[in-house]
Amino acid sequence: MTEKTAKKKRSRIVVKREWCKNCAICVEFCPKDVLVMKDGFPEVVHIENCTLCQLCELRCPDFAIEVYEDET
Amino acid sequence: MFDYGAYLRKDKFPLIWCSGCGDGIALKAMLRAIDRIGLSKDEIVMVSGIGCSSRLPGYVDFNTLHTTHGRAIAFATGVKMAKPELTVIVVTGDGDATAIGGNHYIHAARRNIDLTVILFNNWIYGMTGGQVSPTTPFGKRASTAPYGSTENAFNISGLAEAAGASFVARETVFRPQVLDKFIEKAIRKKGFSVVEVFTPCPTTYGRRNKMRSVIEMMNWLKDHAVPKSRAEKMDPQELEEKIITGVLVDLDLPEYTEEYQKLIDRVKS
Amino acid sequence: MVTKEKNRIRVMTGNEACAEGALAAGCRFFAGYPITPSSEIAEILSRELPKVGGKFIQMEDEIAAMGAVIGASLAGSKSLTATSGPGFSLKQENIGYASMAEVPCVIVNVMRGGPSTGLPTLPSQSDVMQARWGTHGDHPIIALAPSSVRESFDWTVRAFNLSETYRVPVVLLLDEIVGHTSEKVVLPDTSEIQIVERQKGDPKNKDYLPYKQTESDIPPMISFGEGIRFHVTGLCHDETGFPTNDSQKIDLLLRRLNRKIERYRDQITDNQRDQLDDADVAVFAYGSTSRSARWAVRRAREEGLRVGLFRPIVLWPFPEDEVFSIAQKVHHIIVPEMNLGQMAHEVEWASRGSTDVIRINRIDGDPVRPQVILEKIKEVA
Ligand SMILES: Cc1ncc(C[n+]2csc(CCOP(=O)(O)OP(=O)(O)O)c2C)c(N)n1
Ligand code: SF4
Ligand code: SF4
Ligand code: SF4
Repeated sequence: MTEKTAKKKRSRIVVKREWCKNCAICVEFCPKDVLVMKDGFPEVVHIENCTLCQLCELRCPDFAIEVYEDET
Repeated sequence: MFDYGAYLRKDKFPLIWCSGCGDGIALKAMLRAIDRIGLSKDEIVMVSGIGCSSRLPGYVDFNTLHTTHGRAIAFATGVKMAKPELTVIVVTGDGDATAIGGNHYIHAARRNIDLTVILFNNWIYGMTGGQVSPTTPFGKRASTAPYGSTENAFNISGLAEAAGASFVARETVFRPQVLDKFIEKAIRKKGFSVVEVFTPCPTTYGRRNKMRSVIEMMNWLKDHAVPKSRAEKMDPQELEEKIITGVLVDLDLPEYTEEYQKLIDRVKS
Repeated sequence: MVTKEKNRIRVMTGNEACAEGALAAGCRFFAGYPITPSSEIAEILSRELPKVGGKFIQMEDEIAAMGAVIGASLAGSKSLTATSGPGFSLKQENIGYASMAEVPCVIVNVMRGGPSTGLPTLPSQSDVMQARWGTHGDHPIIALAPSSVRESFDWTVRAFNLSETYRVPVVLLLDEIVGHTSEKVVLPDTSEIQIVERQKGDPKNKDYLPYKQTESDIPPMISFGEGIRFHVTGLCHDETGFPTNDSQKIDLLLRRLNRKIERYRDQITDNQRDQLDDADVAVFAYGSTSRSARWAVRRAREEGLRVGLFRPIVLWPFPEDEVFSIAQKVHHIIVPEMNLGQMAHEVEWASRGSTDVIRINRIDGDPVRPQVILEKIKEVA
């Protein structure tokens, strides 16, 4: 599991590598380019841009990416 | 983050489906819809036929019934009649529901029995390796249509509508946030309801039809889905190859098991 | 409440008796598709089932009917379908599903002449092999062959009892003669009818396994909606009901399914023996043909011929030990049947060469006449 947090927007994205099938849907269709594919897995590179829209999670076919809004 | 975990048989994961198979996106939409309605897991029976999409019930913690190819709706009819208080959801593919199971599909719609059919339309027989399906568009390739299909494709939603379904909606997995709303409406509807879900099969359809990755297929879905309201203002030429999405039918009609119960109440001595 | 005997005297056909038997057995769901000569069963149940809170549905075809029957049984209803040759063919895939997923259900096949559309209104016994081997794969099944109206009633009840006891599809083979002949019968009083319910699992048992390898080989059932959620599939599965590719688990499942019938053979099997003790010749006959055979055997006895009748009511599992022991004592077994020797083949196999098996076959829609059997007895006795 990889985790990244951004204080300001309080979003946290969790990738479950054991279920991820490396399709890149989450990365390609993130409206804010928050994610990139690295070594076959999505990696969070611009958490500060995340709007918590959930689209990456909604479109992941494998229950492998989760978007959390953290309490601060 | 929606808690899917409460509905999943996590020990069966990861899903059997290929990388990029859209079926998982629709599965998640279905769980969100069920959660919103607030149904208990015990009162849901999920019935499927045979195919990739029909493997879905194995992953969800409901009463699940994986039947024979094409016959899910027939089995579901028996379940629903025996226990009308249960919510019966059918998961089926385009081949399962409209080729081998086409007869059951139209007759269940005609009876307007309270089943919700989530029909995964990927234009192809995924499980058996990409043979042509009743929904393969004319000219598209399949393992049994190597030169392109010379048959016309079914309009599955139109078929359900013509046969008498109470509710018909169509959406693609590119818009999961809308898809779950349609599934929710379909389950809530008393009567036969269908949600036709367009979903990519990159493995057996995409690669034969010049869409090498699921990303291309998702982009295709994005570009070709036209909401009904917009489609109404377009001419037929513009609508060629397009997928008209939205709620296509939403009627309140007498439901079969309720009508049968009235009959029982009438004749019971 | 006991009904006076005179109120239980009825004139009815085998099909009617079958429908009444189903109701008496507690059948509360019927799905079917009309086909001669079975349609009366559907017609009667469409009228009678709702009166007792049961459900009837005429499906779009026999495949659908068989599917609906399985679905209703999994939801807890005793379920029935009725058909004839062509429809029986269509049901086969889902009958195999019922065998595999161990779903109790009863399939009535009022046999008519085949193949194909064949002889819609004339009798035949040409589906006895299909009843055993109609669906693909090694599978458990029970098949019964009543020969009279009263037996149609009794054996429909028994079909449900066997099905619920062993979690297996049971095929009730009537033929056009039994189905359509009217006879005066005295139906049993409800207090005399033994009804068996399926062994229920405990919905509070969180460790419930729907396909457990129990000591009895018959796992208890829980219906959909009772609070234990499980998976049912026609794929090879393990004790949890989920598909498996583990060869050991596949072997365990398939052997248990088939053993389930084999080991209870003695409880399942039933046959009538008539004057076999000192017989030199035996007639092996079943269904309506056994009535012709009985007449012929009695006449032959009157003429001093030492002949007896063996009549299996349960055709499958086949009474192989009984046939073998008869074969040791007689020099001929005559097998009259309305097909080209489907059961004679089985009798030959079970006799293992220890006697001559003589066939009398009729396939033109006419029953095997008693006189023909009598002549054959005289010829070989
Ligand atoms: C009676 C029968 N015929 C054929 C098959 C083989 N078969 C399994 S799945 C399938 C097609 C599935 O296609 P579809 O319903 O579109 O589902 P998908 O796999 O694309 O999700 C076929 C032909 C079968 N299992 N049973
Ligand atoms: S929640 Fe939206 S913005 Fe944030 S990473 Fe996912 S898709 Fe991108
Ligand atoms: S969409 Fe899901 S499965 Fe696909 S790459 Fe992203 S996390 Fe992995
Ligand atoms: S073959 Fe196609 S439909 Fe089947 S799992 Fe793979 S992508 Fe999905």
